[in-house]
Amino acid sequence: MTVRPATADRPGVLGAISDYFFAHPHRFTILLLAPPLLWIGVVYIGSLFALLLQSFYSFDDFSGQVVREFTLSTYGKLFEEANLLVILRTVAMAAIVTLASAVIAFPIAYYAARYARGWKKALFYLAVMMPLWSSYLVKVYAWKLVLAKEGIITWLAGLTYLDGALSALLAMPVIGGPSLSFSYIGTFLVFVYIWLPYMILPVQAALERVPGSYLEASADLGADPGQTFRTVIFPLALPGIVAGSIFTFSLTLGDYIIPQIVGNSRYFIGQAVYTLQGTAGDIPLAAAFTVVPMLIMAVYLTIAKRMGAFDVL
Amino acid sequence: MSDAVRFENVSRHYGSVRAVDGVTLSIAPGEFFAMLGPSGSGKTTCLRLIAGFEQPDSGGIRIFGDDVGGVPPYKRNVNTVFQDYALFPHMTVGENVAYGLMIKGEARPDREAKAARSLDMVKLGGYGDRRPSQLSGGQRQRVALARALVNNPKVLLLDEPLGALDLKLREQMQEELKALQQLLGITFVFVTHDQSEALSMANRVAIFNDGKIVQAGTPADVYDKPASRFVANFVGSSNVLAPDAAARLGGLSKWTSLRPEKIAVVDPGAAAPADHFNASGTVRTLNYQGSVSRLTVECDGTSLVAAVPSASVAYKSGDRVQLVWPRSAMVTMDGEA
Repeated sequence: MTVRPATADRPGVLGAISDYFFAHPHRFTILLLAPPLLWIGVVYIGSLFALLLQSFYSFDDFSGQVVREFTLSTYGKLFEEANLLVILRTVAMAAIVTLASAVIAFPIAYYAARYARGWKKALFYLAVMMPLWSSYLVKVYAWKLVLAKEGIITWLAGLTYLDGALSALLAMPVIGGPSLSFSYIGTFLVFVYIWLPYMILPVQAALERVPGSYLEASADLGADPGQTFRTVIFPLALPGIVAGSIFTFSLTLGDYIIPQIVGNSRYFIGQAVYTLQGTAGDIPLAAAFTVVPMLIMAVYLTIAKRMGAFDVL
Repeated sequence: MSDAVRFENVSRHYGSVRAVDGVTLSIAPGEFFAMLGPSGSGKTTCLRLIAGFEQPDSGGIRIFGDDVGGVPPYKRNVNTVFQDYALFPHMTVGENVAYGLMIKGEARPDREAKAARSLDMVKLGGYGDRRPSQLSGGQRQRVALARALVNNPKVLLLDEPLGALDLKLREQMQEELKALQQLLGITFVFVTHDQSEALSMANRVAIFNDGKIVQAGTPADVYDKPASRFVANFVGSSNVLAPDAAARLGGLSKWTSLRPEKIAVVDPGAAAPADHFNASGTVRTLNYQGSVSRLTVECDGTSLVAAVPSASVAYKSGDRVQLVWPRSAMVTMDGEA
């Protein structure tokens, strides 16, 4: 009687390959990960590194050439008043947009996570996602018309005898302007509209993971709804809010189209980068400007982590 | 003294489903009360009505004499141990236990000391700084218990508290819960679908079916005198005899329960003692279960199960035997299934 071996090599090339990878699972993992890692490593990190390198060169105003020598003088230029104002303006706008998005997104996300079921939930996803399907430029130009002096908001204000209030709003220093579409208020409104879905979805996902029994437990232990919100719901939603704010904050920091179409003519970081790398050809300063949002995000995420925003993840 | 919990004809409907249908019950202070029933029988809804997570559609609920109609959970002096424990993942074990005290506004040193004592009580002293995610299921269960008890509730509600634990741990926790309840003297109300758990832990048991209480009493009462076919089948196992079969075996012509362990198996022709019934039949199956063995015996077209000590079993499948049981073991009951 012949004894069949407990293991036998399978026939064919495919069999041999699969036997080989079964015996060497790590090599299989490496093979699978190689293409995406190359993409991230070379295309993403590589280009970021090239950018970082550029920011340590300088620009010769006289010859209009990039001087390929290591210097910190380009970063020094960021601290000139005009450039510093661009940075401060952008960061302030990003912060306010993020805050407003979080405040508006939370109740929507909470309703969707806790109450919406069936078709209501489908409607929620549709309502949140549908604006993302249409062109960003179309939406921004649509907003320009909505906010224009001849637009629907001015018209509605006139109809409801609120034109006085609108004029008072536009007469406010800094945030006001000749019309909503030429003021920071307009820029702010469009930013919030455009980025809102990026805040709603992560917050909703975070709230979705909070079982109803946590809320019952906190009520059971004596917490009224306000206390439950502060001590249970909000801390558990925080990772979602932080995730959403990474989108709203960094997207606002880098955007150069919205402030160009809706707003006054003062630059945001994105516009500064766009102008510097274009006609001016000052790639080093443009690169240095680009590093600013990255640094700000790094600081922001570090603070968020310290605050325990990711503890529940 | 007023009842710890009193239900007066309480109903709770979800659409056309009568989750709780006209339940009246009273739970005495210091009692360990079990609500037993299959899933969907309304026992958990009753617990949630006491906690305040649900409001009755009709009827009244009193907790130590106070009408709690419309009173939200956070204003009731009862605490719950949840089935999934519901420990807050963003807090340490100590913070979880101290949560109720924090909400009440107790100073940090006071509540930390009380939380530590409460954790000691459930044998988790020194675990205060860990996260719930670092604990085993049994440990989480204890934390949930400590978190509820630290508030010194008038009634402690336990929703299938041991359901997720393995058998050994469950038996151990049953003993500990009983000891804890005696030590603290707090009224415990617990919900379970496990009849052996209810019988071994509770002073009194209410058996639920279809939103109604079908029988309430001490564990011995409901076990020895099941009021209906449903109870006889649900609490322990029983030979449930239809009226004609019961009459043939010597009983009354009514639905009758005969517990397997009341039946002795002897040689055919042996004389039955006084006040006993007997029946002869053939052993069909023999099911060894460790300390006892269950024999299925066919007697005149009626299958009877007898549970006898395994050591005394001298029969095998196909043997002719005689079954003997005391007359009192035949308990007549309501035919409702």
